[in-house]
Amino acid sequence: MRKYVPKDDVQKKAYYTDRFWVAPQVAKSPVETDAVFAADLEAIKAKCEVLDAYIQVDQLVVLINPNDNFTVAQILKEECGYNQLSECSAIDWLAKQKQFEVFYQFLSMSKRKRMRVKCFIDKEQAVESLNPLYRSADWAEREMYDMFGVKVNNHPYMKRILMPDDWVGHPLLKTYPLQGDEAASWYEVDRIYGKEARDIIGPENRESAVVDRYDTERFGRLGHEVARGSEFDENQPVTPLAYQEEGGVFIVKKFQEDGAVTITDRKR
Amino acid sequence: MAQHQVNYTQDGGLPVALTSVDKVINWGRSNSLWAMTYGLACCGIEMMASGASRYDFDRFGTIFRASPRQSDLMIVAGTLTKKHAEFIKRLYDQMAEPRWVISMGSCANTGGMFNTYATVQGVDRIIPVDLYLPGCAPRPETLQYAVMMLQKKIRAEKAGRAQRPKRLV
Repeated sequence: MRKYVPKDDVQKKAYYTDRFWVAPQVAKSPVETDAVFAADLEAIKAKCEVLDAYIQVDQLVVLINPNDNFTVAQILKEECGYNQLSECSAIDWLAKQKQFEVFYQFLSMSKRKRMRVKCFIDKEQAVESLNPLYRSADWAEREMYDMFGVKVNNHPYMKRILMPDDWVGHPLLKTYPLQGDEAASWYEVDRIYGKEARDIIGPENRESAVVDRYDTERFGRLGHEVARGSEFDENQPVTPLAYQEEGGVFIVKKFQEDGAVTITDRKR
Repeated sequence: MAQHQVNYTQDGGLPVALTSVDKVINWGRSNSLWAMTYGLACCGIEMMASGASRYDFDRFGTIFRASPRQSDLMIVAGTLTKKHAEFIKRLYDQMAEPRWVISMGSCANTGGMFNTYATVQGVDRIIPVDLYLPGCAPRPETLQYAVMMLQKKIRAEKAGRAQRPKRLV
């Protein structure tokens, strides 16, 4: 078994680097190439500052200041006809630029157009809730808080949605270890049996391929009947696995394989 | 005075069977294992298939119950998440003794492919397990085989004395 290492400070350093080939971005085209999107962009520009705007994969992408997100969503819903907020979440760019990217994906049923509004926020910065405009923002923003720790102002029920309420940390942060930190690895033991039971139950076994045939506490030996916790050597007799005792059980006869007929000819 | 000589220690054509109390009780217990409906993930589909007419668990006396108070057997069929861990413990505690647990599939055995922060790495960290059933997901035949192995285990137990409490802590 791998030696148990405490994971207390594992979240303090970012393990994530781009280890693999990073795909080049899809080509961006200017907003003027699409008349519908150009009109939408003008409507936003009339009230808010737009930092960047382009069309990518037939979708308008608008980069705004994080303080304007509610105003922009209001314009999009009431003036531009984007009546659905299909997705809203965040991306962790903390290692690269110390910021989260928060994005909102909108869909207009009448115009058959999709667009995305993006903004960058600092680590402790909160965004305004879109829940008064779009009901779908309710759970999406709770998930954003749960997974990234991005707080949302004026949300009716700002609480974790997927992880338990007493969970420590936010799992989709790139600094969060895949196999969990110290609190996560003991979560169910602490929760059910209390911290005193940690020594009895022991740390998690994360080595998926570990097999120790002489460890009779945790492993059975195939083809042998080994009592739990007992010791055995190689001379142990083979006891074939059987679902029934030799003599059969009360009322039920044991199936005799020798007397059975195997049908090979289907038309028999 | 009997008209015919009857040897009561042998099967003399009369419907009389002599046995021990242990065997009768264990025969009853092993042949009416009422399982709790506890499908947590894709193994639950195989468990449902085992219960349905093609594989037919009813002929083993295994009938799925929707309440832990009526169940003898808990088949943990699927991935146990850490959020759900306290509820499996609560349901196990609500089952009346004697009670047995089959850990069905890789996820329940060891966490399986979900080597992640949110998955319990083996249901035996929470509740004691009688039988581990490998597979991802095990076929209904495998689950039937597991139930038959469990029946064999029950038949070998002593019925008279109180069951040893099977607790982790």
